[in-house]
Amino acid sequence: MAQISYREALNQALKEEMDRDERVFIMGEEVAYFGGAFKVTDGLLAIFGEKRVRDTPISELTIVGAGVGAAMGGIRPIVELMTINFGLLAMDQIVNHAAKIHYMFGGQAKVPMVIRAPQGGGHQLGAQHSQSLEAYFVHCPGVRVVVPATPADAKGLLKTAVRDDNPVIFLEHESLYSVKGEVPEEEFLVPFGKANVARSGSDVTIVSYSKCVYDALRAAEALEEQGIDAEVIDLRTLNPLDLDTVVESVKKTGAAIVVYEGWRTGGAGAEIASQIYEAAFDSLDAPVQRVASIDIPMPYNRHLEAAALPRVEDILRAVEHVV
Amino acid sequence: MALEREKHLAERSLLTLSEGELLELYRLMSLIRRFEDRVAEMYTRGKITGFCHLYAGEEAVAVGAIHALYDKDYVISTYREHGHCLAKGASPDKVMAELFGKATGVSHGRGGSMHLFEGERRFMGGYAIVGGGLPLAAGLGLSIHYKEEPEIVCCFFGDGALPQGAFHETLNLCSLWKLPVVFICENNFYGMGTLTQRAICRPELYRFAEPYNMPGVRVDGMEVLEVYSAVVEAAARAREGHGPSLIEAVTYRFRGHSMSDPGEYRSKREERLWQERDPIKRFRRRLGERKISSAVLDRIDRDVDAMVDDAVRFADESPEPPLSDLAKHVYVD
Ligand SMILES: Cc1ncc(C[n+]2csc(CCOP(=O)(O)OP(=O)(O)O)c2C)c(N)n1
Ligand SMILES: [Mg+2]
Repeated sequence: MAQISYREALNQALKEEMDRDERVFIMGEEVAYFGGAFKVTDGLLAIFGEKRVRDTPISELTIVGAGVGAAMGGIRPIVELMTINFGLLAMDQIVNHAAKIHYMFGGQAKVPMVIRAPQGGGHQLGAQHSQSLEAYFVHCPGVRVVVPATPADAKGLLKTAVRDDNPVIFLEHESLYSVKGEVPEEEFLVPFGKANVARSGSDVTIVSYSKCVYDALRAAEALEEQGIDAEVIDLRTLNPLDLDTVVESVKKTGAAIVVYEGWRTGGAGAEIASQIYEAAFDSLDAPVQRVASIDIPMPYNRHLEAAALPRVEDILRAVEHVV
Repeated sequence: MALEREKHLAERSLLTLSEGELLELYRLMSLIRRFEDRVAEMYTRGKITGFCHLYAGEEAVAVGAIHALYDKDYVISTYREHGHCLAKGASPDKVMAELFGKATGVSHGRGGSMHLFEGERRFMGGYAIVGGGLPLAAGLGLSIHYKEEPEIVCCFFGDGALPQGAFHETLNLCSLWKLPVVFICENNFYGMGTLTQRAICRPELYRFAEPYNMPGVRVDGMEVLEVYSAVVEAAARAREGHGPSLIEAVTYRFRGHSMSDPGEYRSKREERLWQERDPIKRFRRRLGERKISSAVLDRIDRDVDAMVDDAVRFADESPEPPLSDLAKHVYVD
């Protein structure tokens, strides 16, 4: 297996899917000549040309809406939002249109499109560039929500997303682009709705996704020194949500922590915690703990920002409450 | 109101369209009017519920424009779309059934009055977010362009959509990429109770084409042939790869904004003036000039009446969608 970065893994997925299916194309701000604001689409223009790697004006609402219309017209757009923060300008097309069209018209139309967007904090980019907004999409039926943590999952899930006939919100964490990991050289897909047990353990279940999976794994190492055996579950996709894997783990450990970078209040982790209560209340020895960003706009200052984000020590403190 | 050139083109259409085509235009306008009258009646009787926006008075716009298209061209519209859907060839039975919320409706009872869809006729939906359909039209145009197909997209929206960002973003994008889209703004002077002059900084809406580097024309939306000939031109331009156009069709809705609006912000005098310009009555007079007798037109009216009666019966007798399907089609399996 090759060691490649999350960015390269995404780039490979795009290239392979565009090679496989001529209907697949990319559009977004700076995706062609600039190679993507985070260089994920780098080199694709040279291979596929302007028709299939299309720079757009700065019109998020209409880029996403045109993606929805193009998908209804029988082609398969991958729309890149420069970051999810700008995607808020396209919420009408995502929530009122993309998510509704299949149902509202009685199953006659479908919207096979992928909306890729970087998100997340940790780079001192301030309040308008540091958000993790997956909860907004998880709240809305009709769109799939994908949150890969590893390069292999980034590749395999993106390939699955391109082949899925539903609108898919594919959220990449900005801190992960340079992270390397093993990625199979032969073709593979990672299915939606199948969580990965990133580390198995018997004392406490730490449920996480995206970048926080790495924090959870680091916490698990520290816990091991204290003699606590933590299981870390990487959800991979939030819609569909693989509750079965989580519940099975909680039944074994009797304790659960949910770690996510969105705001604590109303975050995706709050939903996961509720579902754990509903499905496994009797197995819990202590209340489920949420470790998340604190409920403030992200400050610029390095120390303040670090304190606003969920940290390994926050996970360790949460584990003390449940074990 | 309209430019002389548009009037002239309409005159020519009266001479060049076959009698059969002219009668079909008449039939569709008459069908929509009678359909909408019965919808109002059914709404009052509680058979139709929810928001319901009627198209009476504006028939010439949908009928004239859609007659200028080929079957495989796409049409996309707003929540005031019964007329566009019928003009594109949807069955009145299935449209009425949708308004009744029945399983046999065009959207299987999931959409209602504001969300008709008829994929086989390439009627790509009614959307209830003002301006929301415009980006979708751009995308449909992009799909045509991408597949190098000969079709075009005809996108209807109200004057109320002009101040939306979606309008400006979409016109820019379609012009930039030369997408095959004909934008038709149905200027009926009001967005709900707000006069366009209280919402839009210039009264000639077709002039919003200028900054987006595309042709813009204003036509008399109460003259079906004027709409038709303007769309023929814009469609040819789009089909030949020269990009989008904006057509402002000046029209008037004969009823309130929706079934729950008595329309008290409009004067009786204003309403009467526009009633005198009724597109169906006017077209009857034009057809007289082509020596088409009123007996022929009366017969069409009677046929259409029977068709609408049948539609109501069909809708009434159709089954409700089963509760077991409640969560079906949220996702494509
Ligand atoms: C984005 C949005 N804002 C507000 C509304 C509420 N609304 C429904 S129709 C309407 C007026 C639209 O007028 P216009 O576009 O001129 O269409 P008309 O009803 O005259 O055909 C408004 C404000 C809406 N549906 N969508
Ligand atoms: Mg209006």
